[in-house]
Amino acid sequence: MTKSSVPDTQGDSQYDLIIIGAGPAGMAAASTAAREGLTVALMDEQCSVGGQIYRAIQHTALQYQQILGADYYAGQTLLAAFEQQLNAEQSQITYLPNSMVWSVEDDLVVSFSSGEISHRLRAKKVLLATGAMERPVAFPGWTLPGVMTCGAAQILLKQSALAPAAPLVLAGSGPLLLLIAAQLNRAGVAITAVLDTTPKGRYLKAAKYLWGALKNPILLKKGLGLLQELKKSGIRYERQVSDLKAIACEQGIQLEQVQFSVSGKVQQIDCNSLLVHQGVVPNVQLSRALGLAHQWQALQQCWSPVRDTWGQSSHADIFIAGDGGGIAGAVAAECQGQLAALKIAEQLERINPQVLVQQTRPIQRILAKQLSIRPFLDQLYQPAEAFLKPLGDTIVCRCEEISADQIRKIAAQGVAGPNQAKAFCRAGMGPCQGRMCGLTVANLIADEQNRTVEAVGYYQIRSPIKPLTLSELADLAD
Amino acid sequence: MTNVSNFKRLPSRHDASVTVFVEGQAVQVQAHDSAAAAILAAGLGHSRTTPITGSGRAPYCMMGVCFECLVEIDGQANTQGCMTLVREGMQIKRQQQARLLTDSQHD
Repeated sequence: MTKSSVPDTQGDSQYDLIIIGAGPAGMAAASTAAREGLTVALMDEQCSVGGQIYRAIQHTALQYQQILGADYYAGQTLLAAFEQQLNAEQSQITYLPNSMVWSVEDDLVVSFSSGEISHRLRAKKVLLATGAMERPVAFPGWTLPGVMTCGAAQILLKQSALAPAAPLVLAGSGPLLLLIAAQLNRAGVAITAVLDTTPKGRYLKAAKYLWGALKNPILLKKGLGLLQELKKSGIRYERQVSDLKAIACEQGIQLEQVQFSVSGKVQQIDCNSLLVHQGVVPNVQLSRALGLAHQWQALQQCWSPVRDTWGQSSHADIFIAGDGGGIAGAVAAECQGQLAALKIAEQLERINPQVLVQQTRPIQRILAKQLSIRPFLDQLYQPAEAFLKPLGDTIVCRCEEISADQIRKIAAQGVAGPNQAKAFCRAGMGPCQGRMCGLTVANLIADEQNRTVEAVGYYQIRSPIKPLTLSELADLAD
Repeated sequence: MTNVSNFKRLPSRHDASVTVFVEGQAVQVQAHDSAAAAILAAGLGHSRTTPITGSGRAPYCMMGVCFECLVEIDGQANTQGCMTLVREGMQIKRQQQARLLTDSQHD
């Protein structure tokens, strides 16, 4: 990929569309918008396209393709379409890797840092395609070196062909837990145990959404296939696991053991690596900083920015595509990227309304199929209460080392919400800016005060959404 | 450097062609590795200590969200290791305790 130099931004450049995030939604949107004649700037904080799901798709480290499987390498088709547009003569796309967006303002000025220098660009429309992050779930010992997310392990596989240290245990709930277990197993990595924390009775509860899931039999079959693959592998698989704890070695500096309960019986497994997963949630840092309207998703137990079927947010010129607007997976993200780009092309009068309808109908059909299975998955893999509402001295805010008890105490004293809690105890004031503790803090306040999480609300997020050096800020002063 | 926690390299399409220094010790890594991947491959154990209690932390999310992989890279403190690609000769050191200068900017 060549066309990636940062343009001169001393004067404000004008693009038709700025896309933030080069995962499936962002790449698809960029290709589609460029095809319709829009000038596009595509920014991403990574050094190459793909987002998390197609991480390192241009230069996957693993030698053997069967490890990650066909769904990952499907990203190459998306990549090829994007590269074709990017490398075309008179390309409409300016691709800006290593670009960390730290502010988007109401008037669609996007500020970002690249190579330790700040830049500013403006567009007629902005598309947020910032994707998902793993749901941060506090449990005893989750801050210990040796504990990391399943997503992190998968990124290390894709980008670096690195596998976690043995002995290895995986714990949690959700499709990604099964997928990474299968991928590591295919790679010949020994897995001591998979601890499934999906609570009892979830299949029954999810059954009422089975009709929707059956509209996408291929995806359903894939999930069952993963379960079967793991069963065949002979890996120890514990169900309805609760009371998960990561235990440190004597010096307290490293994971040594995982402790858990099955049917009330406490068990331990020695391990050097523990991969955890409780689903993924939209990364709402930017949409929150913009003050866009958000809604509580009860099934997914997370917030998502409000958007219409085109991806248009509560700000008429800001669109959202992909998992950043609600979790639906890579194929849905690609569809949503295309839909948003086409709607924007129509609004900017590059295509007429009839063409919009024609072009989007087949995309909407694919998207509907992807969305139909979500309620079933969301209900089935909703995290167990204990992960949402931790107890005792379990660390909730990793940055400021604030425990569940500390949050519960100020909640019992009548704290109004997460923002006041922040002022009272510093939770959410560290470098991650509440990304890791926001949902848990809200859940704890709700729990103590017998309110809903929806009523308790979320942190007020302000720009810059990533820590900046003073010189990066000073760049923009003149 | 303890090695209980080191990640294992699987058959790769890339060569281990870049030398970085993790806490002063030379480590061969791949050009597409992040600094966070390099410290995991090196088996560094904890890669930072917290400003509050000094407890040890290591890379957690690998996607720029958690800020647990903050390290000192070529003298630049508080750098996100997972968001920084390795370079030949890169010096990666543990981020020790000190509170962030940027703290007051995002309250």
